[in-house]
Amino acid sequence: MKIVVLVKHVPDAAGDRSFSGDTTTDRAAVDGRLSELDEYAVEQALQVVEKAGEGEITFLTMGPEAASEALRKALSMGGDAGVHVVDDALHGSDAIATSLVLAAAVRRLEPDVVICGMASTDGTMSVVPAMLAERLGLTGLTLAASLTIEGNTVTIRRDSDEASTTITGSLPALISVTDQTGEARYPSFKGIMAAKKKPVETLTLADLGIDPAQVGLGAAWSAVDNIAKRPARQAGTIVTDEGDGGVKLADFLAAGKFI
Amino acid sequence: MDFVPNDEQRAIVETVRAFVETELYPHEDLVEQLDDVPKELAAEIQTKAINAGLYAANMPEELGGGGLNAVGVALAEREFGRASYALQMLVARPSNILQACTGDQIEEYLLPSIRGERHDCLAMTEPGAGSDVRSMTTKAERHGDDWIINGGKHFISHADVSDFVILFATTGVDETPRGPKKRISGFLVDMGLPGFEVRRGSSCVSHRGYHQCELLFDNVRIPGYKLLGEEGRGFDLMGDWLGATRLTVAATSVGRSQRVLETALSWAANRKQFGQPIGNFQGVGFQLADCEVAVDAADLLTLRAADRIDKGTYVDADAAKAKLFASETLAKVTDTAVQVFGGMGLMSETPIERWWRDARVERIWDGTSEIQRHIINRSQMKPLGA
Repeated sequence: MKIVVLVKHVPDAAGDRSFSGDTTTDRAAVDGRLSELDEYAVEQALQVVEKAGEGEITFLTMGPEAASEALRKALSMGGDAGVHVVDDALHGSDAIATSLVLAAAVRRLEPDVVICGMASTDGTMSVVPAMLAERLGLTGLTLAASLTIEGNTVTIRRDSDEASTTITGSLPALISVTDQTGEARYPSFKGIMAAKKKPVETLTLADLGIDPAQVGLGAAWSAVDNIAKRPARQAGTIVTDEGDGGVKLADFLAAGKFI
Repeated sequence: MDFVPNDEQRAIVETVRAFVETELYPHEDLVEQLDDVPKELAAEIQTKAINAGLYAANMPEELGGGGLNAVGVALAEREFGRASYALQMLVARPSNILQACTGDQIEEYLLPSIRGERHDCLAMTEPGAGSDVRSMTTKAERHGDDWIINGGKHFISHADVSDFVILFATTGVDETPRGPKKRISGFLVDMGLPGFEVRRGSSCVSHRGYHQCELLFDNVRIPGYKLLGEEGRGFDLMGDWLGATRLTVAATSVGRSQRVLETALSWAANRKQFGQPIGNFQGVGFQLADCEVAVDAADLLTLRAADRIDKGTYVDADAAKAKLFASETLAKVTDTAVQVFGGMGLMSETPIERWWRDARVERIWDGTSEIQRHIINRSQMKPLGA
């Protein structure tokens, strides 16, 4: 079984994230890391292969030079190879362009399964998995809280506030997974040392046959017009209980339309 | 000369940091309160470390260990050192000296230690033999093919949770031009043998939950193959394998210093007096600046010593400098942290007082600061013929 896992290098959410002058994410100002939500995808792919007793996992990322760190982190957790699409023209690409590029890169790998996180922790749009499934003509199974693959059938459980739904589909398929699928493993020391020996292929837009005019900030279907910092939190209200604390609390909540 | 860590080194730091913060930090208060690590918790942490492939980082990959080089081990130790000693030691790095095992010793001691099935402790110190190791009186005598051991050791760390001890004992006396000289030999001795008793030692101000013990040997009989290395070559064994232990103390001291300094800086930035963060007052700020310089210097000395091990240019003074400076830096940083926290730094509701207490032992065990200075000074004077 050939599995492709999509991984993204994102600004560390624990850092002081900001925007560049062109309103794109400033990726140089803060340390980057493999998106935490993608770690669940890596873990699920490794589990699928471990359970099947066979399989080949390729990690695919798109991003600047530093994005190779996300590939190395994933490769230190396991898997076999990495593909890095890097091209200056990609700067500022929106979800539609991202899915265009990733689809072209995935197509070359001819996988049986594509696994990705439910969203990236920087853009958090959560639309690329569905776009990618559509472009590739794959069965799209999104927001999986659990995942099993038996023969040619993929089964996922999707949880919502009201119900858990079990959905099945046939391979080839694209599956996006949530943080409910289970904790991602730590890279082992052996895995870390082995990662540097695993092959990583670097591709440009030209390698993928994509016209640079189709991607990047200029081709984006949406634009960020304005950015404003969230206002500082206001001082809280102290409710002094003089025998009527409950009433005061209820009044406060009602005034704020919380109840 | 490259001061930028490579991809693998960064990955080692990130991985161990994540493990330490997720799996160890949450249990620190409990261990502090109990002065013990509950057995179930110890087993859980050890299992997680083994499953994660973070166990026995210092052992060669072909033996099933982590396969890290000396710099990799130092970086891992630095991150492990951030956590409570009793907890971080559960992610065991078996004594390097076990790599001297030969024959049946490999299957009986070395490999099970790397797999996490057996746990070692190291016994050299005696009440009358601290820094002067050769003055030890615990002796092993040949009886046919066996050895009979008599005597006692103290300050033996984690012997209460170990399965066997790497013991150093005298096996005779050699006449030399400078007078009689005790022969010291290494042995592998299983816990629970008749006549072998392990007692918990006095409670210690540092590292609650991590206990030092007394070992009592009363005619303890062990078979001849339990001799580690050659008879009378115990000092060579120590010299070959225990330098790394000093570097471990240096690295763990650096890691803890970093954590303490981060905590003190956070407090200094958020605690306001006279209308501004106390870290803005030079009296506080300069102390914190000095701490950062010292911590960085200790880190560089430690990594340089490790790098020299990897490059084959290491001498004893390298680890001695790192151990001396890093352990004394930890003392300086923890003391400064208490001062910056003020009264809160002495209260058990913050970890500062714990770190302050824990720091004290680092200047004593695995060679006191004075012994480290002696090693450094010897390396200065010897080339001059003095």
